[in-house]
Amino acid sequence: MSKILMKGNEAIAEAAIRSGCRLYFAYPITPQSELIEYMAKMMPKVKGTFIQAESEVAAINMVYGAAGSGKRVMTSSSSPGISLKMEGLSYIAGAELPCVVVNVQRGGPGLGDIQPAQGDYFQATKGGGHGDYRLIVLAPSSVQEFADMASEAFDLADKYRNPVMILADGMLGQMMEPVEFKPAKTDAELQELANQHLSWCICPNEDGAKKHHHEINSLELDPQVLEQHVLGLLKKYAEIQKNEIRYETYNISDENEVLCVAWGTASRVVKSAINEVQKQGKSVGLIRPIRVWPYPYEAIKQVIGKNVKKVYVFELNSGQMVEDVKIAVEGKVPVDFWGKVGGVVFTPAEIKEKLEECF
Amino acid sequence: MEIIAKRPEALTKEPFHYCPGCMHGVAHRLIAEAIDENGLINQIAGVAPVGCAVFAYKYFNCDMAEAAHGRAPAVATGIKRARPDMHIFTYQGDGDLAAIGTAEIVHSANRGEKISVFFVNNAIYGMTGGQMAPTTLPNMKTTTSPYGRNVDDIGYPIRMCELLATLVAPYYIERVSLLSPADIIRAKKAVNKAIRYNKENRGFTFIEFISTCPTNWGYEPEQARQWAKENMLPFFKLGVYRDKGEGVE
Ligand SMILES: Cc1ncc(C[n+]2csc(CCOP(=O)(O)OP(=O)(O)O)c2C)c(N)n1
Ligand code: SF4
Ligand SMILES: [Mg+2]
Repeated sequence: MSKILMKGNEAIAEAAIRSGCRLYFAYPITPQSELIEYMAKMMPKVKGTFIQAESEVAAINMVYGAAGSGKRVMTSSSSPGISLKMEGLSYIAGAELPCVVVNVQRGGPGLGDIQPAQGDYFQATKGGGHGDYRLIVLAPSSVQEFADMASEAFDLADKYRNPVMILADGMLGQMMEPVEFKPAKTDAELQELANQHLSWCICPNEDGAKKHHHEINSLELDPQVLEQHVLGLLKKYAEIQKNEIRYETYNISDENEVLCVAWGTASRVVKSAINEVQKQGKSVGLIRPIRVWPYPYEAIKQVIGKNVKKVYVFELNSGQMVEDVKIAVEGKVPVDFWGKVGGVVFTPAEIKEKLEECF
Repeated sequence: MEIIAKRPEALTKEPFHYCPGCMHGVAHRLIAEAIDENGLINQIAGVAPVGCAVFAYKYFNCDMAEAAHGRAPAVATGIKRARPDMHIFTYQGDGDLAAIGTAEIVHSANRGEKISVFFVNNAIYGMTGGQMAPTTLPNMKTTTSPYGRNVDDIGYPIRMCELLATLVAPYYIERVSLLSPADIIRAKKAVNKAIRYNKENRGFTFIEFISTCPTNWGYEPEQARQWAKENMLPFFKLGVYRDKGEGVE
């Protein structure tokens, strides 16, 4: 298949449909509006469901119902709307339902602005909603990767019966890049997907079969029983941490004196800066978590065991992922952080300057 | 021996946990009988609220989802759109439906979602111990309106049937009462009609039950019914507020 020039917001929508998503519920917000508009246009053409919900709260609860029916379902929003989805996400995680949520982040807090930012890292990876739960969080850094993460996200959601968030930002949503799509799921594959959850989801009773009573639920008033349920969730999360860590290494070698850690849009800028300082003979490597939960602590630990004198974390926020980097580094070398807030994106020249100061 | 009243197939064997004289059990039974009588047991699923009826997901003998407080109509929307071959109902209290879930109920009704909503109006927050509801009557004392509901300060009770009847899409809206055997017989007819319309995918159907909460009102069940007849029925008028199926049979 040939490559098409497309905005990230449209690419993720197209890829979701190709991955078998036939239900999408959302509320408009900049900078993700192209996503909801693409879905409005395309869902009727594939006999799917598109509803512009009355709020993000309603949208995520429609997702709860559709996911509870065992069907591939997605919602999307940007930061303020994602905050409204947190109630629903906690219920979805508690009831162990598979679904995909896209956050095209913008500057905050509050209404903030509509420029790209990474200020929702804590919300996505550390909770956001109430209770002991985890989202699997994928962090794309290009339009191609954004699109590829659609099928990955649905597969992970189905495999672990857990909500998956794709944590993008306004830059990736708005930017046009060439993208190549995987072939769309066939009708037979869609049927197979629909059947995989029949043992627990809301579905009709087949004639003659033993009548089932499936409960989609996160309530359990007996603390001993709820404890067992949450311990079960924790076991699942441990399994996810064992199997699902993904990261990219860039320019990593034994000569690295500085190790950068950056994710998403920020990592693109850091890569350009690394190319520049490399020309001056300064060795800087980068670890880019492709998934920010589960987090690649071990990968970072491995690299700093070598020649690295300093770890530098760059984010488009006031320093959020840097806390995970510090956990990985365990105080063995200094960890520095530099970031931009309020939806301002740093330039390669600015990062280059920061890196040069390390030598 | 001939069995004339047995447990409906649409109820599980789980015993109800409701207080003596509570009407949630009556409402459950009417819905279950309507499911049985319409032969829908294999194609129906329900959504339980947050409120005294939170365990409704254990009581109805079909697939059930437990929704977050007030969100049942949105959850039902998601289920119905995902499984258009099934028939979906929600069961909600007044706090759930007319306070925290106002947006969800209004917009599901406005979209004309092909679901049935069963709304138990007992003018109070039963589950949390008797706080003021959006349907609490003027001057009625609750734990959060200890001097009586002051309408100048907090407004008048919301009449949901009347409110929803301003919308174009809803197919059937009726307010019934569970306060006397004769009322219950009329309520049964309404519930049956809602479930039948649901079976035929006609559109959004809404039944409000005027009920009591003896425990939090501080009355014996019979006194509670009497109080409701005298105070609730004048404000919440019984009747059909919309029936697009009238004469279309
Ligand atoms: C988000 C949220 N807020 C508050 C509560 C606490 N709560 C549980 S039930 C309830 C009121 C229920 O009253 P109603 O819907 O009238 O049902 P009833 O118990 O009277 O049948 C409240 C406030 C909750 N569970 N979730
Ligand atoms: S508290 Fe009121 S509504 Fe709740 S079960 Fe008891 S009587 Fe019924
Ligand atoms: Mg109530």
